[in-house]
Amino acid sequence: MNGYTKYLTSRVTAGGLSRREFIGRAMAAGITLAVADKLFTESAQAAEPKRGGHLKLGLEGGAATDSKDPAKFLSQFMFCVGRCWGDMLVESDPLTGAAVPALAQSWEPSKDAAIWTFKIRKGVKFHDGKEMTIDDVVATLKRHTDAKSESGALGVLGSIKDIKADGGNLVLTLSEGNADMPLLLTDYHLVVQPNGGNDDPTASIGTGPYKLTSFEPGVRATFEKNKDDWRSDRGFVDSIEIIGMNDATARIAALSSGQVHYINRVDPKTVDLLKRAPNVEILSTSGRGHYVFIMHCDTAPFDNNDLRLALKYAMDRESMVKKILGGYGKVGNDFPINNTYALFPEGIEQRAYDPDKAAFHYKKSGHSGSVLLRTSEVAFPGGVDAAVLYQESCKKAGIAIEVKREPGDGYWTNVWNVQPFSTSYWGGRPTQDQMYSTAYLSTADWNDTRFKRPDFDKLLLQARAELDETKRKDMYRTMAMMVRDEGGLILPMFNDFVNASTKQVKGYVHDIGNDMSNGYVATRVWLDA
Amino acid sequence: MSNPPSGHILPGLRFKQRFPLLALVVERVVLSIVLLFAVSVVIFGGLEALPGDFATTYLGQSATPQAVANIRQDLGLNRPVTTRYFEWLGDALRGDFGSSWASKNSVSEQIGKRLGNSLLLAGFSAVISVPLAVGLGMIAVHFRNRVPDKIINIISLAAISLPEFFIGYLLILFFAVKFGVATFPATVYESMGLVDRLKAIALPTATLVLVVLAHMMRMTRAAILSVMSSAYMETAELKGLGAFRSIVKHAAPNALAPIINVVALTLAYLVVGVVVVEVVFVYPGMGQYMVDAVTVRDMPVVQACGLIFAAVYILLNMVADILAIIANPRLRHPR
Repeated sequence: MNGYTKYLTSRVTAGGLSRREFIGRAMAAGITLAVADKLFTESAQAAEPKRGGHLKLGLEGGAATDSKDPAKFLSQFMFCVGRCWGDMLVESDPLTGAAVPALAQSWEPSKDAAIWTFKIRKGVKFHDGKEMTIDDVVATLKRHTDAKSESGALGVLGSIKDIKADGGNLVLTLSEGNADMPLLLTDYHLVVQPNGGNDDPTASIGTGPYKLTSFEPGVRATFEKNKDDWRSDRGFVDSIEIIGMNDATARIAALSSGQVHYINRVDPKTVDLLKRAPNVEILSTSGRGHYVFIMHCDTAPFDNNDLRLALKYAMDRESMVKKILGGYGKVGNDFPINNTYALFPEGIEQRAYDPDKAAFHYKKSGHSGSVLLRTSEVAFPGGVDAAVLYQESCKKAGIAIEVKREPGDGYWTNVWNVQPFSTSYWGGRPTQDQMYSTAYLSTADWNDTRFKRPDFDKLLLQARAELDETKRKDMYRTMAMMVRDEGGLILPMFNDFVNASTKQVKGYVHDIGNDMSNGYVATRVWLDA
Repeated sequence: MSNPPSGHILPGLRFKQRFPLLALVVERVVLSIVLLFAVSVVIFGGLEALPGDFATTYLGQSATPQAVANIRQDLGLNRPVTTRYFEWLGDALRGDFGSSWASKNSVSEQIGKRLGNSLLLAGFSAVISVPLAVGLGMIAVHFRNRVPDKIINIISLAAISLPEFFIGYLLILFFAVKFGVATFPATVYESMGLVDRLKAIALPTATLVLVVLAHMMRMTRAAILSVMSSAYMETAELKGLGAFRSIVKHAAPNALAPIINVVALTLAYLVVGVVVVEVVFVYPGMGQYMVDAVTVRDMPVVQACGLIFAAVYILLNMVADILAIIANPRLRHPR
C-alpha cells in the first residue's frame, strides 16, 4: 500500500470519504477496483469521526500587520487561516509529498515537461454562491505571476511564461521543462479566488471548507462551516476560532487549562514538562526545515575545501539533536534534503562526528588561528547555544571557533548571506529542485553558501525537465554528493514540527509537507467529547 | 526681577502678572507641543537609522529582488527622508496616519481599536489601584512602624520586586490552570459585551494593580510623612485633632503634588508600558500592535504608535504639573 492510499484509508477511517469517492481516487492512484473496495470496507470499520463542535487553536506567528490578501500571507497564523477558507489547484500527499488533485482534477505534461495541461474540477462553488470557473483560475495565477506582483509565490512561479484557458483546461507554458510543476501549485499563497482576487484580494472568498466570519489581524479569526463544501472528507467541526498567541508560556497555559484545543511551536526545552499534563498530547512531525551553519565557499579561509571538510567533521550532530532540539529532530548529512522529499537519494553515508578526521583536514588546509562564527537567537531557536556547543566539539579537534553573538534585529540583513560564516535556518521547499534552485544554483539570490558550480547547475536543470523518475533520482544523488562533500553547508539537524493538542482532538494527520499538518489542521481534525 | 515702572509694562509680562496661573498653564501647553514636535523628529530619524528595511524584512526568505524592488517602488521608499518626514507630519497633524505597509489597513482605524483596548485595561487598573494605593498609604502612615505598616510594606515590596511577567504567569497558573476560575487568554474582540470584556481582563488587571501599587503607595506614604513632620501638623495635633482626621484633612492635601506626579507617571506606564503584560495575556493592546509593527518594519504603524505614546506621556505629565500648580499656590509665583 503506498502512501497516498494510506492517506485515503486514514480519511475513510476519519469518516470523510464516501465509498464512491474513495474508490475513484484509489483507482486514479493505480489500485484495482477489487483491492480498493476491500480497503474501503476495512478502513470504514475503524473508528467513526464525530462532526460538530467549536475548535479553538492558539497559534504563534500572528501579527497586527497580517494581511488577508493570500499573495501576502507570511505568518504561520495566516498560513493556517488561508487553508481554512481557500483551496489550491493541487495538494500534496501528507505521507509521501507527492502531488494529489484538489481544484485541478488531473494533469498532463508535454514530453519535455514544458507545457502542462490541468483539468479543472467542475461544479465547485465559491462562498458567495458563484461557481468557480477556469477564468477565476487563470486570473489567480496571473495575479501571482505578474512581474509587479508582491506575491510571496512570485519566486516559485518565475518560470511560467504563459497562462491560458483551453476549454475547461488550464494550460501553463514554462520557459523550461519542470517535472515538478504540479507541486509548485501547492504553494499556500495560490488560493483560487473569484476573478483571481483582482477585485478585492482581501475578501477571503474561496472554495474551502470554512467561511471566514471575523478577522482581527494578530488577534483572532473565526470561521463557520461552508455547507456547500465540494469535499466531504474534511471540515468536521462546525466552527473554528484561531487566536494569535505569540508567547510560548501563554500557549502552554491556554492548552493545559483547556481553553484551546491545539497550539503550535512548542519549545523543545519545555516539551517534557508539558507532556506531564494529563490531558495533553504532543504532536511531533518530521519536517524539511533545517538548521544550518553556512560558510561562503568563495571567501577566505572557507574557500579551502579541506577547511570546510574539517569544520563538517567537527560537528557533533547527535548531541545537537539531543541538546538543541530536545530529541525532536533528525540528524542531517550536510545536504538540504531528507527522506520527506519524493526521490530522496537513499544510501548516502551518514557523516559522523570525527575529531581525528577533522584535525587531519584542518592541518591539511594550512589554516591557523581561530575561525569567526556569527550567530544570534533569531537564526534559529537555540542558535547561540548551538554555536557554543559547536565551539566545544571543535575544540576536541584542535580547531578554535570564536563565537560572536549578533543582535537579532537586522540579523537577516546584516549577517545572513553577507558574512562568511554564520548560523541560519531554512524552511523546506515542496521539491528538491526548488530547494536547490533557491539556495545552491550559482545564480540564486539566496545562494547563502556561495556554492558556484557550473556542472551542478547543468545537472539541476537537466533533472528539472526529466520525467523518468529513476534517472532523476540518480541526478539528485549526484547533486547531493556535490553539496555534501564540496559545498559550504554544515547541516547538523532537521527540526521536527512540535505541536500539541488536548486529547479531545482526533484525526490529526502528520503531514510531512509543512508545519501544523501542512496548515490543514483545523480542517482535518474532529473533536471527541 | 525689579518692579518695572507702571505704564511701561511689556504686554506679555502684564498678562503674566494678571493671570499668573493661566500664564503658567499656557506656557506649559506650548512647551508640550514643542516637545511633541521634537519627539516626532526623533521617532522618524530613529526609525530611519534602524538596520533592515520593510521590503526585505517583510518578505523574509521568500523575497526575490524583483518583489523587493516592487515594494520599495510602491511605497516610495526611494524618495528623500526629509520629503517623507514632512509629508508624514502633515498627514499626522490632520489625524491621518496613513495605511499600514504590511496589511494596507488604515492605521488610524486600527489604533482606534487598539488604543480603546489599552485604555480599558489601563483605566480599569487605575480605578482599582489609585484609591487602593492612596488608601493603603494613609493607613501605613497612620500605623507607621507598626504591624499593619510593615505588612503593607513587605507585600508591596515583594510585588514590585517580581517581574510583571512572573506575576502574570503565577496568576495564570493558579487562577486559570489550577482552579479554572479566571478567563484566559484575555483576548477581547469587537463583538464582545462589556461584562465578558471585564471578565477577560480580570487577570491582566490584577497583574498591573500588583505591579503599580507599591510605587504609588510608598510615594503617598513618604509624601504624607514628610508633611507630618512640619509645624502646622504639630499644631493640628496640639489642638486635639484625631490622628486619622489630621492626616486626611491637613497632611494629605499638602502632599498632593508628589502623589499626583506619581499617579500620572503610573497612568502613563499603564497605557504605554504594558507590552509584556499584553503579550503574556494575549491582550490586543497598543504595545502588542507596536511590537508587531517593529518586527516587520511597518513604519507608518511604528511612527503612529511612537507619537501617540509620546503624546500620552507628555499630556499626563503636563496635567500632573498643572494640577500640582493648582494644588500648591506657592508654585504659581516662581522666584
